[in-house]
Amino acid sequence: MRRESGAAPAALEEPAPVPAPAPLRTVTTASGLVADGVSAWFSGRLVIESVSLEMEASKVTALIGPSGCGKSTFLRILNRMHEVTPGAELAGRVLLDGEDIYGPEMRPTETRRRIAMVFQKPNPFPAMTVEDNVLSGLKFSGKRPRGKEKDDLVEEMLTRAGLFSEVKARLKTLGGELSGGQQQRLCIARALAVRPSVLLMDEPCSALDPSSTRRIEETMREIAEEVTVVVVTHNMQQAQRVSDYCALFLAGENAPGRIVEKGSTKDIFENPKDERTSDYVHGRFG
Amino acid sequence: MSSTVVPAATETPRLGEGGPTPRALRRRSVRHFTATDALVLAGSLGASASLVWVVFYQLTFLAGAAGYVVCTLAVFLAIYYVANRHLFGRMAAADRVVAALATMAAAGVVTALALVVAWLVAHGYHLVSVTFLTRDQKGVLNTQPASAGGISHAIVGSLEEVGLATLIGAPAGVVTAVFLSEVGGRITGLVRTVVTAMSGLPPIVAGLFIYVVLITELHYGFRGFAGSLALAIMILPNVTRTTEEVLSVVHESLREASMALGAPAWRTVWSVVIPTARTGIVTALLLGIARVVGEAAPLIVTIFGSPAMNANPFSGPQEALPLFVFDYRSSSVAADIERAFSAGLVLVALVAVLFLLARIFSAMKPGTVGRLLRPSRHRRQEALS
Amino acid sequence: MSTPRVVTTDHLFEDRLYRAGVKSVGIGTFVLLVAIGAFLLLKSWPAFARHGVISFLTTTGFTTLGHHPSFGVAALLYWSVVIAVVAVVVGVPVAVGTALFISEFAPRRLRAVLVTLIDMLAVVPSVIFGLWGFYMLQPNLVGFARFLSVHLSFIPVFSVHSSVYSSSAFIAGVLVGIMIVPIVCSVAREIFSLAPLGEREGALALGATKATVIRSVVMPFARRGLAGSVMLGLGRALGETVAVAIIVSPSFIISPHILQQGGASIAAFIALRFGTGGQLGSAALLGAGLVLFVFTLVVNLGASVIVNRSVGGRRA
Repeated sequence: MRRESGAAPAALEEPAPVPAPAPLRTVTTASGLVADGVSAWFSGRLVIESVSLEMEASKVTALIGPSGCGKSTFLRILNRMHEVTPGAELAGRVLLDGEDIYGPEMRPTETRRRIAMVFQKPNPFPAMTVEDNVLSGLKFSGKRPRGKEKDDLVEEMLTRAGLFSEVKARLKTLGGELSGGQQQRLCIARALAVRPSVLLMDEPCSALDPSSTRRIEETMREIAEEVTVVVVTHNMQQAQRVSDYCALFLAGENAPGRIVEKGSTKDIFENPKDERTSDYVHGRFG
Repeated sequence: MSSTVVPAATETPRLGEGGPTPRALRRRSVRHFTATDALVLAGSLGASASLVWVVFYQLTFLAGAAGYVVCTLAVFLAIYYVANRHLFGRMAAADRVVAALATMAAAGVVTALALVVAWLVAHGYHLVSVTFLTRDQKGVLNTQPASAGGISHAIVGSLEEVGLATLIGAPAGVVTAVFLSEVGGRITGLVRTVVTAMSGLPPIVAGLFIYVVLITELHYGFRGFAGSLALAIMILPNVTRTTEEVLSVVHESLREASMALGAPAWRTVWSVVIPTARTGIVTALLLGIARVVGEAAPLIVTIFGSPAMNANPFSGPQEALPLFVFDYRSSSVAADIERAFSAGLVLVALVAVLFLLARIFSAMKPGTVGRLLRPSRHRRQEALS
Repeated sequence: MSTPRVVTTDHLFEDRLYRAGVKSVGIGTFVLLVAIGAFLLLKSWPAFARHGVISFLTTTGFTTLGHHPSFGVAALLYWSVVIAVVAVVVGVPVAVGTALFISEFAPRRLRAVLVTLIDMLAVVPSVIFGLWGFYMLQPNLVGFARFLSVHLSFIPVFSVHSSVYSSSAFIAGVLVGIMIVPIVCSVAREIFSLAPLGEREGALALGATKATVIRSVVMPFARRGLAGSVMLGLGRALGETVAVAIIVSPSFIISPHILQQGGASIAAFIALRFGTGGQLGSAALLGAGLVLFVFTLVVNLGASVIVNRSVGGRRA
């Protein structure tokens, strides 16, 4: 709450709200996220160990690696969704603009508003209309924009998610009636509507067809200007297409997941230092 | 049979070339019930019916339609088995008999329902009129015909009692379900067990409890509201169990999405989980109400009944439709028994309306009542992997 | 570094309030059931105290007025069980057969219609079943009861000592049997639908008939769940009040003659005798209610444990 009231006015003071064809105004301030020595346990079993990673502001960071190496768990730690799972524990720090999100003063609900998340499977709220879905995050924090303010916000968010032109006639239909790819973009719009500083995406395209995947990848590139994006993906081409930085997670047999190599996407794919990285990105295992 | 078989193609179909003609798209039936089968079935039925008629009816004391049907069906099974075995062999015969048994059971259940409804309509319809629905029984004498007086007091009583019971029992039931499904704690298992046990609570025991607490202990007296409380005890566990089941079907990913948007836990339940499960909850409520509307047992010991209209459920004895039926049918006056039939018909109509409402407004799926009756399962779909 | 750090999931005051509120309602529901048992015990205590608990459970008569009251639930409990057993014997095969028809034989459209009809049967008020049972079922069953008693009297339960065949435990049992069909059918259907598809298709692919599939795949799988559904039906039959009260005429003789007049279940007896018999009579009826409460509680809990184990465990 405190944080948001700090960020939102800054966004509103932004000069001249500008012609429609250029909707990509900077309305949020992207923040850098730093994971420092993060470990995680499920029911006492160590699943990731001492992962440190810097996710630079306004950049897209891709987390790659085979299944079961802790990428998704790591991602969920970044916005305090990890602790929702029963039996989940963690160690280490996650710094958002230098502030530990696990600090005693931090509320998980507020942290999650600042660090939004898009899930693997599209999960719009089926009982809400497209419009209400976009506004749901605000509703949860007790805000109810009305009239033109609401319409503008819905249009802006749907536009940023690359969905507005497809659904502008259907804003009052239920969110579950859209196609899979549209649903996922609706979830992105919903996540952006709370004006987060960071957007986490957990394999956002794995349940989608190629053309929807392409649309979402474009969206990712576009929103990266104002939101730091962290994306988990299995798809090497996707990582190469969308990300600025990459981190490769690997887990040995019965060993927790770790980062094997991190760096700029170009380096990881063209000039990997670790042999395992080279094997993985060239599809020799995993 | 021949009509369902695709006529022989006049030209060889060329695979992978052009679109199929409409004729080629006609679906073929894979169920085959041939003329021979029909003949065996009809023959066995006819033979058993006549055999039972001759042997049992004429040579023994068998009387009554029910006995005749039961014996006929038993004999039919034997004949049907023998006939099929002779024609098609042992395996096929056993198969036919099992199918016949299952079909007979289903037909029997449907027949029972049809008989109940038809019988009630036939015996109850002629009294049902505007006056019957708008007058009470105050001052009606034994000597007057059945058309004197009406059941308005019972209808009003039932609606008020059930309405109040719903106002108390339904929210409590939904909140208990939210506790079991969304909040939980160490006592979840205990509460769930108790709810399951309560849903099997005999209605008369629910009534006795209210009688003991309100009427003998607190000297509250027989009132409509006492009946409401007894009915609320019956609504509560049913609503809890069905609602819990409906909530558990709400996919975990929606809860996560809500939490990831920074919603507090109560918000997640209020704005996401309950709206998503809304139709299921409404169905649960309507069916829960439909089931207690017809419940006479808890009312016998709590509202006492009254021949006069009493629109105030908080003061003095009140009447209710099921109680009216129960009381008047044991009367020695023929007119009272007729009134009981008609009141019963009105009661069934009320239940039917609630059932239809559940069907229409919540797109209830067949089998929902059945799910309401049986112990619930407590599984939640896993989203985390 | 590698010691887990405790994360407090919830700091919000409003959430704590919400949890506490919801939890207290849940606990309230729990307290309610305990209170039902406690109050029944408290208020029926004079009846138990009079001659002792053992006497209450073993005495057959029910005289609560006069100088020498003598009462107990032995006969009532016996007839409750007899009626419930007749109901199960009649209702369960029909319900299971119907469930088999729906899950194995019926075309899809008929299936939905049937399931809806059975739902409707479940919401027919029991007082209506009572009326129908008394005025329609009973006259038609009396002849059959006589037939059984004449030709099958070598089986003890079919023998009679009087020639009045109406208002018998048999007729009440058949009626209640029809009433428990929906619940048993619903459980059975669910269990049949969970029978492993692989084994089912495996058997069919080997040329098995439907009967063989049912016998060798479906039934072995469903046996335990069906036992649970039978208990569930039994619990419901034990508690059935109004329909039984309309049919039976109470008597306090324990006999195996189910076809002749006499016998009343606890629930029906309470409904019929409520308000008569003075203070001690009230206490005695409450005591009977308590016995019924405990009895159905045990049966229902047993049933739900069995059903949950066989249905719930395999669904995941």
